[in-house]
Amino acid sequence: MKNSVEMMIAALLLGATATSAVAFQSGRDPAYQSARASGLVGEKSDGYLGFASSPSPAIRALVEDINIKRKAAYSKEALANGATVEEMALRSGCRLIGERTVAGEKYQTPSGQWKTRDGSAPELDPRCPQ
Amino acid sequence: MAQYRHQLTNRTDNAIRRNMGKVILLFTPLMASVLTGCVQVTAPDRPIVINLNIAIRQEILYKLAAASEKVIEENPEIF
Repeated sequence: MKNSVEMMIAALLLGATATSAVAFQSGRDPAYQSARASGLVGEKSDGYLGFASSPSPAIRALVEDINIKRKAAYSKEALANGATVEEMALRSGCRLIGERTVAGEKYQTPSGQWKTRDGSAPELDPRCPQ
Repeated sequence: MAQYRHQLTNRTDNAIRRNMGKVILLFTPLMASVLTGCVQVTAPDRPIVINLNIAIRQEILYKLAAASEKVIEENPEIF
C-alpha cells in the first residue's frame, strides 16, 4: 500500500515536470521552434530575431511578425521604465542570448557574425550589464 | 509741326537711339548669363550616411534587468 502511494507521488511529480517542460515549449509556434532548433533563425544582439541563412517566405513572414510583436512589447515596457525602445530591446537581447538560447541555436555576435550556442558563454554586446 | 516732331524722334543722331544701343550692349551679356545660368546640382561622390546608432544609456540598461525579465516571461509566444 505504502509502495503504491510512493509510486503515485512519483508518477504525479514526473507528470508535473513533463507538463511544465511542454508548457515552456508550447509558448512558441511549432514552425518558429523548429526554425530556431535548425539554426535557420537566431537571436540578434539588438533584441530581435534574424536569419542565419536565407529563409522561406513562410518563415520570413513568421519571424517578421514576431519581431513586430517584440517591438510592441519592448515599447510598452520601455515606456513604463523611462527607457527608449532600443535600450529595452538591447537589454532583452542580452538576456535572450545569454539565458534563453540553448545549445545548437544560433545567435549573432556584436560583429554581425552568426554563431551556434554551445557549452561556452556567448559573445554578448559589450554594453550588456555583466 | 507734325513733320517737325517726327524729325525730332527719328533722327539717326537721336540721343535715345544712341543711348539705347549702349543699353542693349550692356544688358546682352547679362541676359545671356541669366538664360544659361542653370543651378548646378552634382551628386556627392560618397554616399550619404545617416547614422542610426541611437545612444544607449548604460545606466538605463542596468535598471532594465527586471523589466527585460518581465517582458520575456509575459510574452512566451514571441521569445
